[in-house]
Amino acid sequence: MATTTAHWSDDVFREIKARDIKTVCTVPDGGLTQLLRKVEADQAMRLVTLSTEEEGMGIVAGQWLGGTKAMIAMQSSGVGNCINALGLPTSFKTPCLMLVTMRGQWGEFNPWQNQMGQAVRPTLEAVGVKCFAVDKPGEIGETFAAAADMAFHGKLSAAVLVGQRVIGAKGFGQK
Amino acid sequence: MTSKNTTDSSAPVNPNKIDRRSFVTELMKHRGSGLVVTGLGSPTWDLFAAGDQSENAYLWGGMGLAIPTALGLALAQPSRRVLAMTGDGEMMMGIGSLGVVADQAPSNLGILVLDNERFAETGRQKGLSAGRTDLCAIAKGFGIGETMLVTEQGKAAELAEFLFKRPGPVFAVAKIAVTEDPWRLPEKDGATIAHRVRTSLGLEKP
Repeated sequence: MATTTAHWSDDVFREIKARDIKTVCTVPDGGLTQLLRKVEADQAMRLVTLSTEEEGMGIVAGQWLGGTKAMIAMQSSGVGNCINALGLPTSFKTPCLMLVTMRGQWGEFNPWQNQMGQAVRPTLEAVGVKCFAVDKPGEIGETFAAAADMAFHGKLSAAVLVGQRVIGAKGFGQK
Repeated sequence: MTSKNTTDSSAPVNPNKIDRRSFVTELMKHRGSGLVVTGLGSPTWDLFAAGDQSENAYLWGGMGLAIPTALGLALAQPSRRVLAMTGDGEMMMGIGSLGVVADQAPSNLGILVLDNERFAETGRQKGLSAGRTDLCAIAKGFGIGETMLVTEQGKAAELAEFLFKRPGPVFAVAKIAVTEDPWRLPEKDGATIAHRVRTSLGLEKP
């Protein structure tokens, strides 16, 4: 069911809470600001700030080994840091849910983002991560829910790729 | 520590005295109900050689992820002690994870680096802890206040007390010799390893 609320992160947060995901690991991204604020403000949740995104693969797997549901939120550039690390949840057959806010994909102002941004889906799929792209704000809630359910019930790695059409491309005031 | 300035990566030995296999075996006698996560390669073989059990989370890959995995487990199981045991190469690759540990500060997490100052499995190439780098100072700098450097075989019991009992997070380095040990390879199917750990915690049925 498509829903429209004040911000797309409201829909994601609602689905996080509905599934009792307790931990969100992150290297922050501008597109994640609202969501990360909600996680930090929730006394029942834990925000884990990472030094590099691949640490999230280990923490999320370790959380599952210990009986806690966790996920990772990152910018698309961080996906490149995770490729070898994704072998850990894949080998353990533990869930790895990733929320990726895209850069270099739609109306990008910074060309340095383009290479990784456009490589996100093919590289994730090459290592067996199921990708769910979202380009309309109204579809984020149901898409995140679908990805989360496949990850946690199927014990697989799944990534929700939130497009720049949803987040809004960063312009830094340039024309 | 003196800088050795050698560039000969085929150098067969370091000056360290601790024999890793017997040392880890002695250490594990004191683990109690502790869960142990090992970094890929020799630490995994060492733990298996010390005794196979369901509370062993062996990693066979994911270099740099032993400490993050142990951290995730420690945060999920606050009533259980968790030890991350890894090598110096794995530690250096995942060095930033010490910052994450310091930030989360789980009181039930211990970290042990078995430091032979070499990439022992790949031809004994000199590692980054062989010269000027001080891993305990790095851990302290990240904000892990309790650290211990062990250079003597006879300190295993004292180290075990530190790693399994002292309020964490705690960080230790054991300077181990370069040795040629027989292969001791545990289960390598990750799903089986994960299932065993979760079963031991009552999260899955055997």
